[in-house]
Amino acid sequence: MDDTVIDIERLENRFGANVVHQDLNLTLKRGEILGVVGGSGTGKSVLLRSIVGLKPIDAGEIRVFGQRLNTLSTSQRAAIERRFGVLFQRGALYSSLNLEENIALPLVEHTPLSRQDAEHIARMKLALVGLSPNAAKQMPAALSGGMIKRAALARALALDPDVLFLDEPTAGLDPISAAKFDQLLLTLRDALGFCVFLVTHDLDTLYTVCDRVAVISQKRVIVADTLANVAATDDTWVQDYFHGPRGRAAYHAAKEAT
Amino acid sequence: MDDHASTPAHSKPDSERLVLSGDWTLLHFTRIQRQLAKLDPNRFTTLCFDDVTRLDTAAAQLLIEWYGPARMQALSSMLPVKRKNLLISVAGAVTTQRQEPPPANASKALTHGVALVGQQVESLYLQQKYLLGFLGLVLSALARTLWRPSRWRVTATVSHIQQTGLNAVPIVMLLTFMVGAVVAFLGATVLESFGATIYTVNLVVFSFLREFGVLLAAIMLAGRTASAFTAQLGSMKSNEEIDALRTQGLDPIELLVLPRVLALWISLPLLAFIGTLSGMLGGAVVGVVALDIPLSQFLRIVERDIGVSHFFAGIVKAPLFALVIALIGCAEGFKVSGSAQSVGEHTTSSVVQSIFMVILLDALAALYFMEMGW
Repeated sequence: MDDTVIDIERLENRFGANVVHQDLNLTLKRGEILGVVGGSGTGKSVLLRSIVGLKPIDAGEIRVFGQRLNTLSTSQRAAIERRFGVLFQRGALYSSLNLEENIALPLVEHTPLSRQDAEHIARMKLALVGLSPNAAKQMPAALSGGMIKRAALARALALDPDVLFLDEPTAGLDPISAAKFDQLLLTLRDALGFCVFLVTHDLDTLYTVCDRVAVISQKRVIVADTLANVAATDDTWVQDYFHGPRGRAAYHAAKEAT
Repeated sequence: MDDHASTPAHSKPDSERLVLSGDWTLLHFTRIQRQLAKLDPNRFTTLCFDDVTRLDTAAAQLLIEWYGPARMQALSSMLPVKRKNLLISVAGAVTTQRQEPPPANASKALTHGVALVGQQVESLYLQQKYLLGFLGLVLSALARTLWRPSRWRVTATVSHIQQTGLNAVPIVMLLTFMVGAVVAFLGATVLESFGATIYTVNLVVFSFLREFGVLLAAIMLAGRTASAFTAQLGSMKSNEEIDALRTQGLDPIELLVLPRVLALWISLPLLAFIGTLSGMLGGAVVGVVALDIPLSQFLRIVERDIGVSHFFAGIVKAPLFALVIALIGCAEGFKVSGSAQSVGEHTTSSVVQSIFMVILLDALAALYFMEMGW
């Protein structure tokens, strides 16, 4: 079986005259956690949105499970998109539904489950991401940032996706919650076996959870490799990023932890 | 991994062993539920996962709930790492879920209904109390700044007068003109049977001077301006801008609310005046076109029959309505909390409340003026 889940070739993305990506190549393999880093405005989130089909691409191709999304019919495409789970930067929980309904919604819509069964599964998913069942009836507006991220993760996991897209999952969390989130992600990946496309700024997350790291700079992926190899790359931005004060601190913290 | 070639989940008892095979996934949820319901978990000392092609969390949950989390955890230690991790994680989740059942929200219909009425009444009371408190804040801010012209927010006030007053002139004129025409037609239809068509003039002029001019302008502003105030202040509140003002030692009431209240105080009487004229014009046009009442005769009747006191009885309500609309609009804006949804809710609430209050006050005023013979 082919190990490649997502294969991006010569991708180009433009906003008017502003070219965001050019000749961008990247692959995501089964079971791995790929961290995507880059300076602000280098188009990390745009890349994520292109893969999941929220932004039409301008040139090149993106193959998901060996198929090009933009050539598929709507129903075929929906079948593939069902295997995606996306966690948006600010959670994007549906504000008019409580947590349990938020997670049950894709289950009710996509499967023949009854609402009761769907909500039963939803409560299990909440427990799986470490939220107490008491939270099931709460509205998203009543939650703290960390709980929103967890609930959003539970929703992304609702249909047991093969690929999980996370857009800065630990941004805005305190270090303790962020570390817990990292551990949760590792545990769930080991248990459920999905692969993760992780856009992040958080160096600690990179050191703790990522199998490979891709660096976006100058409109393309300049390097995608294990963390040690990436950190050794001869590029100014990469050097500043991994060997600046924060980079060093995260490196030492990760070393102490292992 | 092909979705279409999935073999459904199947379980086969084999003495004390249950042999599972096929896809144990969400797709076959009800099938799994039915199969497991038929089997007694205590009969089986072990489950065989060797022939299972896929296993996901939903099916794992069913299995664990059927077999018991603790037993499953014990059993899973013999399985390959991936299966083991999945089963242990889900078993943990099922355990916590069982320990803390979600709060029951089922309550008796009658008590629930009574409680709901109580909540509504209480929220109504709290709302009026809040509004009175807000009025106090605004008045004290007004009293503080009135003596210090250097702290008058002239630019903001004029800008709000433009937005709430000047920009509303066309819509208020159009609306009152049409209502004036309708009242004239209606009056003519009824009065014609008494041969008193000419009294249509009195009807239109009376109704617009005393009630319709100010009422229509106020309702228009309640819909147009109260909602705008709530949305503006509400989005500032949810963006923490109002908190930012407070931390810089600035008074949001003085900066944001006072200019809006004053602007509406000036705009609404003017709009009411324009609306009154426009409504009378609507009546006059109908008179000229359809009822054979020339404009000169219309004006003569107005001059001869209708005293200026009727005009005052109408326009005197305008500042009161303006105050109510501006206060409700701003107060609802300040009550917004957090989400964008909250902004929407409070905007709706501010429009409903201000229109309700305007009509209620108008009805009370009409009664009072009638009893006083004004």
